Amino acid sequence: MSFAEAEAAPNLFRADAPRARPLLVVAGVAWLALAVFVFAVPDAQDLERTELFGGIAVAVAAAAVLAWRFGRTKLLSGVGRLAPWLLFGALALAAWEALTAKTDYLPLPFFAAPQAILEVYTDDWPRLLDSLWHSLWLLLRGYAIGGALGFTLGVGLGCSRTISYWAQPGLRLIGPLPAAAWVPLAFFVFPTSASASVFLVALATFFPVAVLTWSGVASVASAYYDVARTVGAKRWFLVRHVSIPAALPHVFVGLFMGLGASFAVLVVAEMLGVKSGLGWYLQWAQGWAAYANMYAALLLMAVMCSALITLLFRLRDRLLAWQQGMVKW
Amino acid sequence: MVAAALQVPDAEALGASLDVQGVSHGFLLQGEVLPVLQDVGLRAAPGEFVALLGPSGCGKSTLLRLVAGLDAPRRGRIVVDGTEIAGPDPSRVVVFQDPTLFPWRTVWQNAALGLQAQGRLRAERGRVDAALALVGLSRFAAAYPHQLSGGMAQRAALARALVNDPRLLILDEPLGKLDSLTRLAMQGELTRLWQQRGFTVLMVTHDVEEALLLAGRVVVFSDRPARVRADLTVDLPWPRHRDHPRLLQLRRDVLGLLGLDASW
Repeated sequence: MSFAEAEAAPNLFRADAPRARPLLVVAGVAWLALAVFVFAVPDAQDLERTELFGGIAVAVAAAAVLAWRFGRTKLLSGVGRLAPWLLFGALALAAWEALTAKTDYLPLPFFAAPQAILEVYTDDWPRLLDSLWHSLWLLLRGYAIGGALGFTLGVGLGCSRTISYWAQPGLRLIGPLPAAAWVPLAFFVFPTSASASVFLVALATFFPVAVLTWSGVASVASAYYDVARTVGAKRWFLVRHVSIPAALPHVFVGLFMGLGASFAVLVVAEMLGVKSGLGWYLQWAQGWAAYANMYAALLLMAVMCSALITLLFRLRDRLLAWQQGMVKW
Repeated sequence: MVAAALQVPDAEALGASLDVQGVSHGFLLQGEVLPVLQDVGLRAAPGEFVALLGPSGCGKSTLLRLVAGLDAPRRGRIVVDGTEIAGPDPSRVVVFQDPTLFPWRTVWQNAALGLQAQGRLRAERGRVDAALALVGLSRFAAAYPHQLSGGMAQRAALARALVNDPRLLILDEPLGKLDSLTRLAMQGELTRLWQQRGFTVLMVTHDVEEALLLAGRVVVFSDRPARVRADLTVDLPWPRHRDHPRLLQLRRDVLGLLGLDASW
């Protein structure tokens, strides 16, 4: 190693220390400019929350500048990484605002102004929150039931020849059927649309969890069983302490896929039969041609789904801390 | 018994006696039985260290699986301490060529596997610590297997076996995948542990020198289907020196038996 390289090496470590992010100031100025644009240029559309929107822009601008000023503290050191996104956000919002609220260039009602969506949150939040709660509650019940049953059957398929013999044909025939195909039957058979929806969500979750748990248990190296058997492990110990922990990475892939499938069937069920939930809200908003409400509900739904997936990945990271090279979410 | 005389006094009480009687075994391969072991007979006195040598793929590891009770022989009996074996038992523990540690368990939890499976862990946690200390891994008790080197992983596997206080330790090329320096160190440790504990050892190895250095008796197998070709007593005290003239002499004999005398 030359002297020059030796001198340069410590910089590798210095780069990790919090440093000033001038881009934060640029982003702050951009948000301030957005605020001025929102306040100064009169609306071409009939909008109620223009002041609030401008106020939020001012607040973001102030926050960006504060983050720049105190960016070296441990608490705020991560905010600097957001600077490019903050700047982009200001520009994108300005363009959106210009094309909708300020010039009425994009046709109503399909394109809503930013403050129109803001207005949905400030004015219709009780209904949105109620819908969110109903969606979540339905999803969690179905997901828990489907996940638990799928996991149990998957372990059974992997560990017992009898269970495998009897359960495999049914699973193979019915499993690949999209859960949405059961919608008409479910709403007819179940006493309430809520219980039908729980069934559908559970079914959608069940199949991927069962198959992946099964494949996980089936792919456990036989050497693990040999080792455990020679030190005195009996059948249940092998299932509980070898098959299941070794299959857990597969199980989480199944839980992830099941969560995705359950979102899909949840929205379908809510649009077709259930009289509450975000899917219902979407349908209802479309009926009134209230596109701003639709966008607001879509955004809320996206946040909900993403948050649930994040939760699942956090749980996996905790349980599978022994694994290396996982996909970070 | 020559070997017993060279050991700690209570070795006979700790080690199990092994008697393999006329064992034949084979595998089904495309509808036909491929014979792997043919009428193998083998005895080990309590506390004896017996090494099995033979050409690659001759069936030595299969014999170990049978002695461990992981598979049942097609013909013949395997008798330990006067009783025919009927399955795996923690008094007969195997250390495989791969450490096969459970990646989801820490080193401590891996070593505790046997006691946990037998429902004795709560009362005998101290034995796990003692076994890890014995193999020099106390400081790594909380580490996960992927954080260990090959030698450390194999020592953890050894601790997992020793926790059960085995009376017969079955070693399937336990040092086969280690680098040569680690290997030399581990050979010394194995001898020390065996002398301390007094268990009977049945070890498969590909390394003639290793067999002669560690074992009281070296059993040489023929090519598949494996038969016992020769049974040599290594009448030297431990610890042995690898360039002792008697060892070099024996090494030449064994290589001759394996048909490799020309290459020496």
